[in-house]
Amino acid sequence: MTAPGGPQGPDRGGRHGLPGSRARRRREDRVSAVRSTLVALVSTVAVFGLLGYIAVNSPGWPAVQSSFFDGELFSASLPDIASAFVVNIQLFCISEVLILVLALVLAVARSSTAPVLFPVRLVATVYVDVFRALPGVLVIYILGFGIPGLNLPGIPTDPFLYAIVALTLIYSAYVSEVYRAGIASIHASQAAAARSLGLTQVQALRYVVLPQAIRRVVPPLLNDFIGLQKDTVLVSYIGVVEIFRQSQITEAANFNFTPYLATALVFLVMTIPLARLTDWLVAREARQGRIVVLGTASQVANALGRSRGGQAAP
Amino acid sequence: MTVANPAPALSIQGLWKSFGALDVLQGIDLEVAEHEVIALIGASGSGKSTLLRCINLLEPIDEGRIFIEGQEITARGVNVDRIRRRVGIVFQSFNLFPHMRVLDNVTLGPRKVLRRTKADAEADAMRLLERFGLAEKANQLPDRLSGGQQQRVAIVRALAMQPDLLLLDEVTSALDPELVAEVLNVVRELAAGGMTMLIATHEMGFARDIASRVCFLDAGRILEQGPPAQIFAQPREARTRQFLNRIIEAGRL
Ligand SMILES: Nc1ncnc2c1ncn2[C@@H]1O[C@H](COP(=O)(O)OP(=O)(O)OP(=O)(O)O)[C@@H](O)[C@H]1O
Ligand SMILES: [Mg+2]
Repeated sequence: MTAPGGPQGPDRGGRHGLPGSRARRRREDRVSAVRSTLVALVSTVAVFGLLGYIAVNSPGWPAVQSSFFDGELFSASLPDIASAFVVNIQLFCISEVLILVLALVLAVARSSTAPVLFPVRLVATVYVDVFRALPGVLVIYILGFGIPGLNLPGIPTDPFLYAIVALTLIYSAYVSEVYRAGIASIHASQAAAARSLGLTQVQALRYVVLPQAIRRVVPPLLNDFIGLQKDTVLVSYIGVVEIFRQSQITEAANFNFTPYLATALVFLVMTIPLARLTDWLVAREARQGRIVVLGTASQVANALGRSRGGQAAP
Repeated sequence: MTVANPAPALSIQGLWKSFGALDVLQGIDLEVAEHEVIALIGASGSGKSTLLRCINLLEPIDEGRIFIEGQEITARGVNVDRIRRRVGIVFQSFNLFPHMRVLDNVTLGPRKVLRRTKADAEADAMRLLERFGLAEKANQLPDRLSGGQQQRVAIVRALAMQPDLLLLDEVTSALDPELVAEVLNVVRELAAGGMTMLIATHEMGFARDIASRVCFLDAGRILEQGPPAQIFAQPREARTRQFLNRIIEAGRL
């Protein structure tokens, strides 16, 4: 701590006119920033401290502690659980690629306007409606048990395969809506400019509309990736031994829930960086003044309404 | 050079176009000879942009026929993409492709539509960009350019397709006043080079300088047309006089 005041102390504000008052303001800003941080810190500690206190002093705490927070079991089960997570990563990576492709096809089909393509639009629309309406677990059950249950000759029985198919079908419906909102957000004047050069509709889409649309929807796409990453555990229901199934097995063998905690930790480590990346991209897009399309129905309707508005300047 | 082409560069007969209940174009007849420069003037909403968009088949028409060098482009079954190659259009709002460099904006049409090789298309594009003082912008994205530069790129992009007819839709309205001249100079140069053009504009002084003929559009009809000297000095129609008086009051002539 330096001595306060004194002749060598901080300048006395207004003495130098504007620069002095600017320095004073900067100092005040700094003080208030420090104060805000302190308040945030204290309130966070208070809230979580209180919650922790309530939990630890609850009548059931000792039981919960031993069945969820068994340190020994935690470190013993972690290697198995981590290696089962490789299956989740495979599920995620393979279906993600398929989803990106299938969803793009669906989105382009639904964005088409040619009368000839009406059947294609109809099929794509029904598809998206159906798979957004059905709970994912149901789709996984129906595919994973139903199709092999038909006992048709030559039909594969590997649940991993059905898991991939089910995840792809479910998520393509969502992701296609993200793409579609992106396509709708590109002003009609862009397509008009491309067509005016003589590009065909497909060329205009391929070279002008899609590259811009996809760039715009990267953040919402990443958001859906996060959902998919977590939903890979759903396929444990049809017998794929992935991370959740593995923690169930360990739980059953030890009559202890700690393996689930290990699983939760693995997901946190995997998912939070992706979530941070998404937020960062969203913030960057917002800073650059571009619209981020999250694919809600009203945004699509808005964008469509705008593009029908004709040649108004964007 | 063989025999002169007897058909006019552009011929429009009885063109009607409506948006819902709104009849925007109500029987447009217009003939444009090769190398002619037509200025389309008229109040906002009189249908200038719509007319240009119809000529480029960006809007379906309701009635009438449009011919380019004698070939009907509004006939059923014509290949619209083939026609659009021959007709360039430049929009008020530039409509450059923001994700492509200037050079790629200019070469997209020649490469994908005319199937020119990349090297070939780029060499031509660079020549054009150089001619209009844009060579050093070739590798930049459009949003790094000033409005005037962007609009010049849009003109170059249309020119790269070597169109027979160029449509300009208020190419300076979105520009700051000090950037208008650089774009108008480009258009002047094109006119001097013999490019057949249809120009919708609010720049009356420019129209008077450059146009071989001025067409006054009013409520979807060409109410009056003639050489600029006549239209601006002795308009026959009361509506034309009214329109020009308003322009003069606004200090734009
Ligand atoms: N896509 C569209 N849908 C509905 N109405 C339209 C559409 N495009 C133009 N219009 C209407 O048609 C009329 C003529 O519009 P147009 O853009 O051709 O006028 P303009 O002469 O170019 O006007 P300005 O000088 O303001 O550019 C206007 O009333 C306009 O609102
Ligand atoms: Mg207009």
